[in-house]
Amino acid sequence: MSEPKIAEMSFEDALKELERVVQSLEGGQVPLDESIALYERGEALRAHCEGKLRDAELKVEKIVASASGDQASGTAPFDAG
Amino acid sequence: MSLIDDTPEGTNAPELTVSELSRGIKRTLETTYGRVRVRGELGRVTFHRNGHCYLDLKDENAVLAGVIWKSAIGGLDIRPQEGDEVIATGRITTFAGQSKYQLVIENLAYAGEGALLARLERLRKQLAAEGLFDPAAKRPLPYLPRVIGVVTSPTGAVIRDILHRLADRFPVHVLVWPVAVQGPQSAPQVAAAIRGFDALAPGGSVPRPEVLIVARGGGSVEDLWGFNDEAVVRAVHDCRIPVISAVGHETDTTLIDHAADRRAPTPSAAAEMAVPVRAELVAMLADRDARRKSALAQMLKQKGQRLRDVARALPRPSEIIEVRRQRLDLAAARLPRPAELTKARRQQLALVATRLPAALNRAVAVARIELTRRSGRLGVAHLAGRVERGRERLDGWATRLVPAARRKLASASDRLSAQTRLLGSLGYRQTLARGFAVVRGEDGDVVTDAASLSGGTRIAIEFRDGRASAVTEGSGAASRPRGKSGGSSGGRQGSLF
Repeated sequence: MSEPKIAEMSFEDALKELERVVQSLEGGQVPLDESIALYERGEALRAHCEGKLRDAELKVEKIVASASGDQASGTAPFDAG
Repeated sequence: MSLIDDTPEGTNAPELTVSELSRGIKRTLETTYGRVRVRGELGRVTFHRNGHCYLDLKDENAVLAGVIWKSAIGGLDIRPQEGDEVIATGRITTFAGQSKYQLVIENLAYAGEGALLARLERLRKQLAAEGLFDPAAKRPLPYLPRVIGVVTSPTGAVIRDILHRLADRFPVHVLVWPVAVQGPQSAPQVAAAIRGFDALAPGGSVPRPEVLIVARGGGSVEDLWGFNDEAVVRAVHDCRIPVISAVGHETDTTLIDHAADRRAPTPSAAAEMAVPVRAELVAMLADRDARRKSALAQMLKQKGQRLRDVARALPRPSEIIEVRRQRLDLAAARLPRPAELTKARRQQLALVATRLPAALNRAVAVARIELTRRSGRLGVAHLAGRVERGRERLDGWATRLVPAARRKLASASDRLSAQTRLLGSLGYRQTLARGFAVVRGEDGDVVTDAASLSGGTRIAIEFRDGRASAVTEGSGAASRPRGKSGGSSGGRQGSLF
């Protein structure tokens, strides 16, 4: 069973992997030792996903364009008014 | 007919010069048509190097030359293209020098919505033929983008709707690139903003968005026209970041919608496409977590139950042992006692033991008789006889030894005398007695050939009673005789030759 590094996984991939873990566990076909390893991997995946969701925060900036208008030279606070 | 242009009867028109007439026409035309709106189809359109644009306006029966000065081109709402049905606004001017007139165009507009749509359709077909709208090239949107770029007006409901919807669903980092969404500056700004976002390097000071939203509220076909612009469409097509277009209302379709990876009916819908609902994800995650936990618990419960079931089916250890113990006891009871097993052997042993001393005595007696018999044949007289016979044979041989040795010695002495005599008769000294002599060279070797002696060679001559020295005659060659005065030994030696 190949196990990519969870820390590098996208939310979507981690969630899909968690789905697979849950289905394997629910299927009840895996040996007990392996189930415990799966369970722990599921825990790590859940924590990873939760981390991605927890960091969510709305931050709005506007682009300050260069004189030519086609390059972003920086950002400034944005107020939609 | 007269060659002189006589003024016809009844007219008094004055005679004009060409210049006068041309000036008059110019005045009349430019006054009368100082501001006109002309509808027609654009014929040949030429953008000249000098920056001016020359074109023809035509209908079924007439052609009107037109020019757009360089200074006016920037302010046009549309870019003239052959085939466009337009309404040109401007004034008529004349070229007196060439008897020509033209329309100096100050503004161009499509001649009604039909003309606009026809123009749009032509561009759509052209870009589609180039593959800019290929559905296979459309990229999937990221599931959970961390940074979203929005190209729209910084003011108004559109950006507010997008931000509100994002905040409701999944708050993220939003970068707004403010642009004009209407008017001649709209299309270039929108195209520049899309390209500008795409040019951002990952990890730069300005974060690179993972998805772009290009948005504008509803409006007339003309209002949305900038989003049909070829430059905008190409910018979207070239952009490596997935683009969601949300321009106008659901019923308005602009060319940017064809090029974008996703088309949203409204700006709010674009925000919904861009991010999932965080609360739903949290709920989904909680559900998976609960299922994970219950699945393991269920599994443990099942395995525990099965363990107990199997354990129950196991017989008790004492039961297994008791059966065997009973068999052991039975078998042990049938075993004969050890004493009984050895009794017969012991009796046999006792019997054999009683016979043992008598047998031993018999064996010793037999051995003793044999010993006696053999020692009887071992007497001193027998040995003495053998010694005596040996001595007699030795005496016989000794008496024959001395005479044999004497005979052998006498025979050898005779042979030695004979050989000595033979040697004396064969030696060269005997011949010296008979008058022969031996000549020896300076080196003492015997000389046997006259040719080996050169003149003046010192030689020695051996006679019976001793040796004499001599020198040969001549010098250098043996064949050349030397003078009589030559040798130091005198004429006695010389006479030999």
